[in-house]
Amino acid sequence: MAQVQLNNIGKTYPNGFEALHPTSFEIAEGEFTVLVGPSGCGKSTLLRMVAGLEDITSGELQIAGRVVNNVEPAERDIAMVFQNYALYPHMTVRKNIGYGLKNRGTSKQAIAQKVDEAAALLNLGDYLDRKPSQLSGGQRQRVAMGRAIVRDPALFLFDEPLSNLDAKLRNQMRIEIKALQRRLGVTSIYVTHDQVEAMTMADRIIVMNAGRIEQIGTPSEVYHNPASTFVAAFMGAPPMNLFPAKVTDGQVMLGDQPLCAAPAQGAVTAGIRPEDFTLDATGPLSMDVQIIEELGAHRLLHGTLGAHSVTVHVSNDISAATGLQRLSVRPDAVCLFNATDGKRL
Amino acid sequence: MRKLKLSTVLDHAVLIAGSLFMILPLLMLLQMTTVPDTEIIRTGPSLTIGDQLDDNFRKAMFEASGFSGENTGLSMLKNSMILGIGFAFGKIVLGMMAAYAIVYFRLRFATFAFWLIFTTLLLPLEVRILPSYEVVQWLGMLNTYQGLIIPLIASATATFFFRQFFRSVPEELVEAARIDGAGPVKFFIDILVPLSQTMIAAMFIIMFVYGWNQYLWPTMITTDEDMYTLVRGIKQIVQVLEGAVVPEFGRSNVLALVAVIPPVLVVVFFQSWFVKGLTESDK
Repeated sequence: MAQVQLNNIGKTYPNGFEALHPTSFEIAEGEFTVLVGPSGCGKSTLLRMVAGLEDITSGELQIAGRVVNNVEPAERDIAMVFQNYALYPHMTVRKNIGYGLKNRGTSKQAIAQKVDEAAALLNLGDYLDRKPSQLSGGQRQRVAMGRAIVRDPALFLFDEPLSNLDAKLRNQMRIEIKALQRRLGVTSIYVTHDQVEAMTMADRIIVMNAGRIEQIGTPSEVYHNPASTFVAAFMGAPPMNLFPAKVTDGQVMLGDQPLCAAPAQGAVTAGIRPEDFTLDATGPLSMDVQIIEELGAHRLLHGTLGAHSVTVHVSNDISAATGLQRLSVRPDAVCLFNATDGKRL
Repeated sequence: MRKLKLSTVLDHAVLIAGSLFMILPLLMLLQMTTVPDTEIIRTGPSLTIGDQLDDNFRKAMFEASGFSGENTGLSMLKNSMILGIGFAFGKIVLGMMAAYAIVYFRLRFATFAFWLIFTTLLLPLEVRILPSYEVVQWLGMLNTYQGLIIPLIASATATFFFRQFFRSVPEELVEAARIDGAGPVKFFIDILVPLSQTMIAAMFIIMFVYGWNQYLWPTMITTDEDMYTLVRGIKQIVQVLEGAVVPEFGRSNVLALVAVIPPVLVVVFFQSWFVKGLTESDK
């Protein structure tokens, strides 16, 4: 059963700016969906529309089988975790977590019990009587999670919850959030601009650009079968290498070397993931390696292939040197895109 | 021994000079409460310490001055307290609520309304004193505490300060509260008021002192002697200079000193909050 259903949801501001083009998708119960895209792509707007913090100007939104277009945020059976945590600075952790329940008229006893449960789940037991200002970033993040959990909502919303944390803590919280979501089995929508977060956490990724959905798919689908050059360039670090190529005699030609069989005629864009290249002394392609990035488990070779910059990913047991290197590519690893609109061929 | 730095000495010299400058008039007042009134007329402030302090204090605080016998120092102190606290409290409550409406609700003309409130800074009480008196008189509030306080509590200053403060409260806090099911009233009471604590304390000091020192309006609005405030009552005492009667300088000097104490206490107790409220925000 679809827990969340968007039917042609769109957002147009009074000044005529269309922040979100009509969008439809469904989220199954218990699914962890990540909305990812560059800043200004409309992902936060979409999330805030689901939360009820922004008006929906067209379309229909259903949460748990109920149309909630005009329902107050508090009545939508959702909980939200904000980027800057949005904890109430004057309340203790205990009161922060229990505030939503208190407003719902839950009995004091029930609140205390639920808060204790949530605190135990999040290892916050020792901090319940502290104020948010006395907590570290990660702890504040957990309090924000606790505030969401006690409500026992039908839907969790996360608005870039990890972007205020340092890199190490971010990796740790990423796993914690994912584990918690698995354990509680709550349907979640998670907004981020960080494609690593999207890849590692999502059951399903929705890639957005300029107010439109570019692609919906599992992390693996989005990574290996990008629907457009935008997705290809946005997902993956380093991103997919994109080369303008020509089709001659049914073959996609990169410079004067054939890459793979072509389904179309004329100009195309060929996309190759950095790890799909192999260093191969007899390979057909010649790369001028200029910089080698040593990353421990693997290396990144940056340089040029013909007139285009290229990044190649090799494991650390392969010796690499700057200068000219021969490369080969498996034909089935090449993704072809329409050269004009960037759509996958 | 640590060497004294010239700059430290200079700093302290300036501070000491400043303190003396501020406190000397008070010491002179104090001296003049200890000598008989006739001596004050004769010599003015002097270095002699007399034995009249006790007597003057008793007269000032517990004996009525004036005709009806109802305005003792104590009753005036009470009236001043009610005016000061009511004035500060009213200004804060009204200013906060006005700022709340302006900042958090999508009102038509909210900005216009704000600037309209703001321009009233250019129209102090003195400008509108006759119409204000007329209205209060018409409402039958002459010689009442309501009449003393209510016409004064509309405050552009408080509205402005609270508006600036509310605008600095993160938007997410409002949204989190909405999701937590706090309506406008709950958000105001549960979140905004506690967040504004230091701001409220700072405003309270300013407004209390301001209200306490009101002179013109109480003079206009109170004709019953039992409604006199200290500031107004002191003048009343010295005013009785007629014929051969010597004004009760000792008595009015005691009252002047008494009138200084509450504002000083308020500032001393709230000063750390005051600085905090005006310089940093607790978010």
